[in-house]
Amino acid sequence: MNVGRVTRRMLAVVALGVGAVGSTVTLAAENEQFFPMIGWRTGPLTPLGVNLAGGWIDYMDLLNKRDGGINGVKLTWEECETAYKVDRGVECYERLKKGGPTGASAFNPISTQVTYALLDRTNTDHIPIVTIGSGRTDATDGRIFPYIFPLGTNYLSTNTVKIKFIGSKEGGMDKLKGKKIVNLHMDSAAGKETIPILEAQAKKYGFELTNIAVPMPGSEQQAAWLEIRRLKPDWVILREWGVAPAVALKTAEKVGFPANRIVAVPFAGSEDDLTAAGDAAKGVYVVHPMPPGEFPVTQEIKKYLYSGGKRGNLDDVTRMGTVFYNMGLTYGVINTEAVRVAQQKFGKKPLTGEQVKWGLEHLNLDEKRLKELGVWGLVQPIKSSCADHEGGGSAKVFQWDGTKLVPVSDWIAGDKSLTRPLVEESSTKYAKEKGITPRDCSKEG
Amino acid sequence: MFYREASQYKTSYGADQQIFPILQDRMGFLALMAIVFVVVPILGNDYWFNGLLIPFLILALATLGLNILTGFAGQISLGSAGFMGVGAFAAYNFVLRVDGLPILASFVLGALCAAVIGVLFGLACLRIKDFYLIVATLGSQFFIEWALTKFGWLTNYSSSGVITAQKIVILGVTFDTPLRRYLLVLGVVTVMALAAKNMMRGAFGRSCMAVRDMDVAAAVIGIRIFRVKLVAFAVSSFYCGMAGALWAFAYVGTVDPEAFGLERSLQILFMAIIGGLGSVMGSFLGAAFIMLLPIVMNLIGSTVSGQAIDTSVVAHVEQIVYGVLIIWLLVVEPGGLVRLWQVGKEKLRLWPFPR
Amino acid sequence: MTFFIEVLVAGLLAGVMYSLVALGFVLIYKASGVFNFAQGAMVLFAALSFVNFHAWGAPFWLALVLAMGVMVVLALLVERLVLRPLANQPAMSLFMATIGLTIVIEGVGQLIFGSKTHRLDLGIKDVPIEMLGVGISKFDLFAAAVAGSLVLALVLFFNRTATGRALRAVADDHQAAMSIGIPLTRMWRYVWALSGGVALIAGLLWGSRLGVQFGLVVVALKALPVLILGGFTSIAGAIVGGLIIGAAEKLAEVYLGGVIGGGIENWFPYVLAMLFLIARPNGLFGERRIERV
Repeated sequence: MNVGRVTRRMLAVVALGVGAVGSTVTLAAENEQFFPMIGWRTGPLTPLGVNLAGGWIDYMDLLNKRDGGINGVKLTWEECETAYKVDRGVECYERLKKGGPTGASAFNPISTQVTYALLDRTNTDHIPIVTIGSGRTDATDGRIFPYIFPLGTNYLSTNTVKIKFIGSKEGGMDKLKGKKIVNLHMDSAAGKETIPILEAQAKKYGFELTNIAVPMPGSEQQAAWLEIRRLKPDWVILREWGVAPAVALKTAEKVGFPANRIVAVPFAGSEDDLTAAGDAAKGVYVVHPMPPGEFPVTQEIKKYLYSGGKRGNLDDVTRMGTVFYNMGLTYGVINTEAVRVAQQKFGKKPLTGEQVKWGLEHLNLDEKRLKELGVWGLVQPIKSSCADHEGGGSAKVFQWDGTKLVPVSDWIAGDKSLTRPLVEESSTKYAKEKGITPRDCSKEG
Repeated sequence: MFYREASQYKTSYGADQQIFPILQDRMGFLALMAIVFVVVPILGNDYWFNGLLIPFLILALATLGLNILTGFAGQISLGSAGFMGVGAFAAYNFVLRVDGLPILASFVLGALCAAVIGVLFGLACLRIKDFYLIVATLGSQFFIEWALTKFGWLTNYSSSGVITAQKIVILGVTFDTPLRRYLLVLGVVTVMALAAKNMMRGAFGRSCMAVRDMDVAAAVIGIRIFRVKLVAFAVSSFYCGMAGALWAFAYVGTVDPEAFGLERSLQILFMAIIGGLGSVMGSFLGAAFIMLLPIVMNLIGSTVSGQAIDTSVVAHVEQIVYGVLIIWLLVVEPGGLVRLWQVGKEKLRLWPFPR
Repeated sequence: MTFFIEVLVAGLLAGVMYSLVALGFVLIYKASGVFNFAQGAMVLFAALSFVNFHAWGAPFWLALVLAMGVMVVLALLVERLVLRPLANQPAMSLFMATIGLTIVIEGVGQLIFGSKTHRLDLGIKDVPIEMLGVGISKFDLFAAAVAGSLVLALVLFFNRTATGRALRAVADDHQAAMSIGIPLTRMWRYVWALSGGVALIAGLLWGSRLGVQFGLVVVALKALPVLILGGFTSIAGAIVGGLIIGAAEKLAEVYLGGVIGGGIENWFPYVLAMLFLIARPNGLFGERRIERV
């Protein structure tokens, strides 16, 4: 934040006014792959919306400027402001689904609520929905949710990573026996989602689990933390978002609970949340399936987009390498790689949503490919299939040192033997309620 | 001149008591019905139905519900979304647990559940008045949200805490396309709006207004004010409950309790106020203003700016203009959009003479 | 027992934080009969201006003065552009206008100051100190002291100064106040500026706990049951209401939450306030209404 930026914003406002007079509509060229970007730049979750879009657009811009798109097919995109509201998200979806020469490639709603609203529409529109790091967990079962892709690591896998990390800190998973773990979660549907997997793990490893609910929006958590102090748990899992994580960490400090005994979920552990908590956040652990930090691709973006007076999509260049920006990069990598994979099958031309869906289902991002892309370490190896729409399932653990997130582990793989049964139980129930016959993955090409 | 009721003589009680006693209103209403039931389905596409019209109609129905309570009966409420949630979750459970129950019947039953809950919390109005009554409805809002999240039975123990609306099948017709869903929602909303208009002209509506304007005076002239208030709570919650059921079944398909949070309640209240309290038509105008205006501005913003300008700035400017428009509209016409409409009618009546 | 006292004290101190926001509402409602929905946005805007002035190099006190200046300008604009044209209009329309105002303030705030979360450090650590075996946060004590002095200052202002008395007259009866020569519009400007000042203080205290971010607007929600319990027009009510709500919701969460399930903090205060209002329909300190036909 500086005065220069304010001036630039002011200039942009003036330019907007001028632009209103002399704008022309550009016609879509034929050889383009269109990405709808429904997100937000206003409202309570602005830092997430702005930086995620920044990373994603910068990555696509890099491919255009450096490689001329994907195999000669240029990438285009259009933003649509949802203000994090369901009805506006649906409106944006309907507005953009036919954009570009072949329609939308894939939607990435980011918001779980919007994902729910789009669930039924995908089957008729044949456009895949990619929900990296958010959305409906049981959609991992691609037999029942053919168009939904919670790629990377879903909530349940992230949760098993946390327990594994706690185990390693205690000196082995067998040491978890008799330990007390508190799951401090938001009192909402999404907040409660990890309770079954935690119960399964408590049974397996023999730790004692207490679930404590924090009412939305979590601006006051004194009661919960006094309870925690009374229980004296060994670890607290912090499953909160919005204003709540900062309050939680501050309150933990207030009741004297050490921060380095707290493991936070990705959405509680961005630089914004941790900065807001000030010194109270020092030492807290965060699990990130899309880790922060700078990677070769970041240097490329700086070279092609942010040098010589040019600027990319990001307003505030210091946000490069932050959690949300890297989340955006990951969105960019996965979406464009799906297009690339699909091009191998369907030809080097703009593809439809149905074809991109095939690509999403046949992703094989191994170490070699990720190193070529310059994202090794940022994006985990992902191998998706018809039945498995998650593909990865790993995460890294970071510790906040007061100013930045410091990695304290390599990729830790989640426990699929625990998560998959829960996913299938839930998706089977969904299929039964909706009368869906699961597709037979052995017959899919 | 264009809107003149002179020389329209009523020769029977029936003619005098119809919902639209003025010829021009009747014609206008029929024309509107022809447009929304015939022209729009022919010309419209998925974007119009799914993106704009279905949510608009459902929110207008909820606004109408709130308007019956707040606009006609004068009892302020911030719990509309909670009652929507009751309607949606109850309808889902009726379809799930009662075999062979027609879907419309389960909507109605869901809405009735909302009405019962509405009356329960409405009991507070026996003692509490004015702004203080917010406490009861806000309490119901948070309580319902909590209960819907808390009790797994309500979501059939879904691991994500969501309900997935079942298919809508009425008399063998599956309402799966956007057009069919639009027609279903439109049908329900039309019937309920006409019912509301009729109700508000009758004895109940008039007692509501008497209670709103001054309840002590209403009691003095023999209106049983508590009964009126409670019935208003019931009717209002019924409308909201129906809107909630439609929201889940005809619009989003999968919902969790968060979808019926306080923010939605506030949005509905804004719609009622900006449209004009105490008017059926105002509910529709208000819903259009609050829901569609940001979208229209976003469309303008994105066409005007292209990719050249910082999109964050565009988003913020849109927001500011939207807020300024709300204030400006209230300064011009504090009575809401429906007052503008009435002023317009007045002008048409006297045209070409100035008023 | 110690645990009970700890929860109680924590609740009381949390209640003080709610009262700070509620005070801003009360001031405006008292003098102009407007239910100011924009109070939460004002808290955010005040805190945002302060941290940004501070970040641009202004020392603490200067940043405070500048932020106060911003709030005064805002008050002047609100009075001129919103209140004056809407004078004597139904309360609902004014309420709605403050919602428009909320949207504008949020938009302008983000446009000028960006969306980054800012850290705000008042130099008082939020760590427990032991008092008779009960841990109490230093920061909470500081907040309570601030709130206490604020209320004292406001009470003195309303009772001992000419402007304060004029404001009370306006609150009692607009027309009567005007007829004895009290300039209504100027009084509105004063009271909005005053409430902007309260918003600044609330913004600093809440902001140092939550971080100065957009989410600050949600703290306004917590003020609602306080207002209702204390009465919309009473400064003392805002404080006492806050204490009751804070203590009750914490005790309920800890002791009742175990029985009927956690997370009841959100609705419990309302049910409590509702039961209370059924006994006393005008709030704790609300003025008794006499209705005539």
